[in-house]
Amino acid sequence: MTAAGGNRFSRSRREARAGLAFVAPALALIAVFFVVPVVAGFLLAATDFDIYAVGDPATTRFIGFGNFATLLHDPVFWRALGNTFYFVLVGGPLSVAVSLGAALLVNARLVRCKGLFRTVYFAPVVTTMVAVAVVWRYLYHPRFGLLNQLLAVAGIGPVNWLGDPRWAMPAVILMAVWKNFGYNMIIFVAGLQSVPVTIYEAARVDGAGAWQQFRRLTLPALRPMLVFVGVITMIGYFQLFTEPYVMTNGGGPLNATLSVVMYMYKQGFRWWNIGFGAAVALVLFLIILAGTLLQLRLQKGRE
Amino acid sequence: MATGEGTARRLTGPAARRAVRAAFAAGAVLLAACGGGGRRTTLQFWALGREGEVVQKLIPDFERANPGVHVEVQQIPWTAAHEKLLTAFVGRSTPDLAQLGNTWIPELVALGALEPLGDRLAGSRVAPRDFFPGIWATNEIAGVPYGVPWYVDTRVLFYRSDLLARAGVQRPPRSWEEWRAGMRAVKALPGGEHYAILLPTDEWAQPVVLALQAGADLLRDGGRHADFKEARFRKAFEFYVSLFAERLAPPLGNAQVANLYQQFADGYFAMVITGPWNLGEFRRRLPADRQSDWAVAPLPAETAADYPGTSLAGGSSLVLFAASRHQDAAFRLVEFLADERQQARFYALTGDLPARTAAWADPALAGDPKLRAFRTQLEHVRPMPKVPEWERIATAIAEAAERVILGRQSVDGSLDQLQADVDAMLAKRRFLLDRAAGKGPR
Repeated sequence: MTAAGGNRFSRSRREARAGLAFVAPALALIAVFFVVPVVAGFLLAATDFDIYAVGDPATTRFIGFGNFATLLHDPVFWRALGNTFYFVLVGGPLSVAVSLGAALLVNARLVRCKGLFRTVYFAPVVTTMVAVAVVWRYLYHPRFGLLNQLLAVAGIGPVNWLGDPRWAMPAVILMAVWKNFGYNMIIFVAGLQSVPVTIYEAARVDGAGAWQQFRRLTLPALRPMLVFVGVITMIGYFQLFTEPYVMTNGGGPLNATLSVVMYMYKQGFRWWNIGFGAAVALVLFLIILAGTLLQLRLQKGRE
Repeated sequence: MATGEGTARRLTGPAARRAVRAAFAAGAVLLAACGGGGRRTTLQFWALGREGEVVQKLIPDFERANPGVHVEVQQIPWTAAHEKLLTAFVGRSTPDLAQLGNTWIPELVALGALEPLGDRLAGSRVAPRDFFPGIWATNEIAGVPYGVPWYVDTRVLFYRSDLLARAGVQRPPRSWEEWRAGMRAVKALPGGEHYAILLPTDEWAQPVVLALQAGADLLRDGGRHADFKEARFRKAFEFYVSLFAERLAPPLGNAQVANLYQQFADGYFAMVITGPWNLGEFRRRLPADRQSDWAVAPLPAETAADYPGTSLAGGSSLVLFAASRHQDAAFRLVEFLADERQQARFYALTGDLPARTAAWADPALAGDPKLRAFRTQLEHVRPMPKVPEWERIATAIAEAAERVILGRQSVDGSLDQLQADVDAMLAKRRFLLDRAAGKGPR
């Protein structure tokens, strides 16, 4: 009895050791390239590591929560945070809605050349951001831009899209949604195609209209995709960076398109306030974590 | 990470570093041996942007004159250069010599990355008096030279001579008031929407130039504190923002100027303050029938008596790195590139203006009337405050002006905020300087 037990014990230990040996390379990679940088980031956030410290690390001072205190008193950070939430809360749902609409259109039975439309809508996703930005900067040009010429036809005065602090963020959102909706659309299309046609036929027999079919059949069937798309879009939109980087010269005008990531980048890599930048990164991490948990909770509650 | 790096550096020490270098050197020798050569010195030279491409045409002459020295030019885009230099310093992989924007010198000197050049210059044919004084000054930190000017960059006034003449402005303005009167006259010309001058609101050069002209120092107490609340800076700042309030300049940033050349040719604006690179661009990009309608002049001064006004002492310098093992060979390359014949040749290849005054006697430079304005302006340039935080401070100045231009803040409110922001940026510098001063007497 005891012998068998000991045997089993040592065998499971041996197995555990073998298992550990197998995952060791992966664990080592994760430790070196993930755990160590993350811990270093936490530590950095508690120091004033800056350009002087790059030259002489001895000038680094441990300042505890000093960076966070400075951060909370910096109006530019709050501006960046506000802009980021604006982008996430307006751009995120808009992007998901446009993706869903496009998926329904592309998937509708009446549409011909489905493959063509899918490709066309997906094309912006794989186009280089810089090329897109160049074209959109022309579209948004206050004097020669196509957008303003269309508005002029409708009798609406010229809008200084990227130069007016009030319009810069809507302009960035519009471009970001146009650029990104294709990706989510493909996920929704895949979801839609997995819904059996027979269910819709049964619903029609029972007298359900188009809206009821969408509300009671399509949406519930797409719930897993909606959760996935919602979370991924939110995380991606919180990391707004490239659009202002290439469109508004890093967050202008008057910081109207400055995002938290852009603020972090400027602090860390432009001004070399690495410690302060790490503190911003930590705050952004906490916000995204909270947002993800909240979304998962909401989705779970609905089930 | 910070402290870890420090201990690592201390533990490894010079012996280990020497071992690593020896290993690298052995590798280099092996490579050279494979090439069939004997003992050669390979110089790593980092050059930026287009200069990095073009300088390779000058290198063969240097290699011929210096047998045994091989130069490897690495071309680095301007936008990535600053980051790459700093990471190279941290990773102890700096080159032997590099081209630097001269406003970066204070920062790299603060890091201890650069080799002081005083002793080498003492025995060299390169002498400070061969260069424009304001430009040379950008290479000296606390009296110690760290760089040799390679080419220079400053800002002058490009203007539409035909539009100014039509508005009754007979000569380029010499004082701020003459300038303003001329701008009003241009603005009053009939025609569609147009402005007298383009001053992109996201550029710091223009408000900073005006501040220098008014005699402002921008910082005080050896760069310990901001100095934006004194009368001279304020006067320049008010003059600058008033040009927007009077609608003499459009409130546009660079991103919204789709095509500078097209709009200059169309007369959307009649003046612009810009640098030597646009000399070539204007010649290339303005339509042929506009080529006789533009001219270049030194900047106006605050008062006509001081004409020409001060401008920026910009440009690139050549520096040696403290960690280089081939500093003597690298300095020979610096001397070669600073030579007046090479400078004239470099101008022919790039259009970059020579830092060495003697090179301006070259017919290609002396015979160009538009370059005369630059030649005059370069005698009246002043370096920026030499603190590592300068680039950030400059951005803050542009933002302060932008806040007023777009009507978000009063001049007083904006200057108060600028003063506070820049003082906060200098906090670490104050701490280090005070600590060093405290240590001094002991």
